[in-house]
Amino acid sequence: MSRTRILALVGVLVVWAAVSYGNRMLGVMAPALLPTPGEVATVFAETVRDGSLPRHVATSLARVAVGFGLAAVAALALGLLAAMCVPVRLMVEPIIEFVRPIPPLAFLPMFLVWFGLGEGSKVAFIGYTTFFPMFVAIAAAVLRVDVTLLRAAASLGAGHLDLIRRVILPAALPGIIVALRLGFALALFVIVGAEFMGADAGLGHLIMEGRTFFVPAQIVMGALVLGLLGSIVNALLLATERRLFRWREAGATS
Amino acid sequence: MKIRVRGLSRTFVAQGRETPALLDVDLEVAAHEFVCLLGPSGCGKSTLLNIVAGFLRPTAGEVRVDERPVTGPGADRGVVFQEYVLFPWLTVVGNVEFGLRLKGAPAAERRGIVARYLELVGLAAHAEKYPVQLSGGMKQRVAIARALANSPEIILMDEPFGALDAQTREVLQDELGRIQRVEHKTVLFVTHSIREAVYLADRVIVMTSAPGRIKQVFTIKLPEVRDRFAPEFTHYESEITRVVKEEVAKVHE
Repeated sequence: MSRTRILALVGVLVVWAAVSYGNRMLGVMAPALLPTPGEVATVFAETVRDGSLPRHVATSLARVAVGFGLAAVAALALGLLAAMCVPVRLMVEPIIEFVRPIPPLAFLPMFLVWFGLGEGSKVAFIGYTTFFPMFVAIAAAVLRVDVTLLRAAASLGAGHLDLIRRVILPAALPGIIVALRLGFALALFVIVGAEFMGADAGLGHLIMEGRTFFVPAQIVMGALVLGLLGSIVNALLLATERRLFRWREAGATS
Repeated sequence: MKIRVRGLSRTFVAQGRETPALLDVDLEVAAHEFVCLLGPSGCGKSTLLNIVAGFLRPTAGEVRVDERPVTGPGADRGVVFQEYVLFPWLTVVGNVEFGLRLKGAPAAERRGIVARYLELVGLAAHAEKYPVQLSGGMKQRVAIARALANSPEIILMDEPFGALDAQTREVLQDELGRIQRVEHKTVLFVTHSIREAVYLADRVIVMTSAPGRIKQVFTIKLPEVRDRFAPEFTHYESEITRVVKEEVAKVHE
């Protein structure tokens, strides 16, 4: 991480500390309404010590992993199919265009009705939410593959499966990775909402518990942990991307 | 005959309007013959090549290779494109061995063939580079090696040196001439450079402006290794220039 980035984050922490501790001294609003960095750190340490935070994180991540994983596989398969098969595309397009603008949370109650309060509803909801944007982005990435690459491969003897495996997938891979990053970010986004309703574990539940028992420090802590998780996963994906796509940057280093 | 084109026509439809690009073309190319298709832009020479490659379907007529009708692209006809069209995610070696991998050739055999063709095009030192690291001329050498490594009997080249600067262009023409004296492929080569056609071809086929038809055929009776400044060379050049100019003039009328 560069020095400016670290300075910017430290700056935010300093402002937060100044405002929250200042509030304690001047009594502008009730102290409980604005937790201090110290209080948040205390809650963090306590929940790590009693093992509840790791459990909540693990529960949320497992739901995200399964829901996002299933949606990614489906989006890849159907994205390829829709991009390569015109009748499928013509059929799917209007459906997607209609469903996509509906905020996914509007359907959350339906998922609770269908899949109950257990893991099923959370996983299905994350899958549903992340599928559409990933599907659209993957189909677009496949459609962008240069047709002359396919011609070149076909005149070297490539059949249909070779074309998919050896040309379309590698050529569309940068776009596919972007789609997956988008999907994962979205999964972290909606898991909290899904866990607000009828969950007994997970970061969303932890935050909701903070509200129920009026512990603002716990709410802020949950939110910060989510931010941290998102940043870590994004950094990992970016690093993989750079490793995978050396061929795009190779020119700059020679 | 290696390639036999009979009564070939192709019409493109855009916004409800039909534009004929090729009209009733007959053409025969013998095995090991180097034939250049020459003509003004938009004369359908690339369309003809794309139909022989199997990328496009004719509106009428047919193309036969070894007496079998062409129904699609295939490994028997290697193609070299103007814009190189290398696989950017593969190294030079990965590109050259692409066809061999499709055939399932064992690694040792692939290594031998790839080394031989990289040597032939003078790129042995750049084997592990990616296409973005190569100049235009080097990319086109890789594309030629990629086509040859697959050992097709026919090579189809669509203005392969059109995107290169004049110097690189002549160097690559020399190299292609040298390679052809070793490989003896049946070559169909599209160009709009008269000099290039006279330098490389056994036969030069001049096409009319749209719709493309065959206007005149020149058999180039020059030695295998050609001198661009020899009087016989410039004689062919001016002869063909005269014929091509008539067609270019028509486009501007």
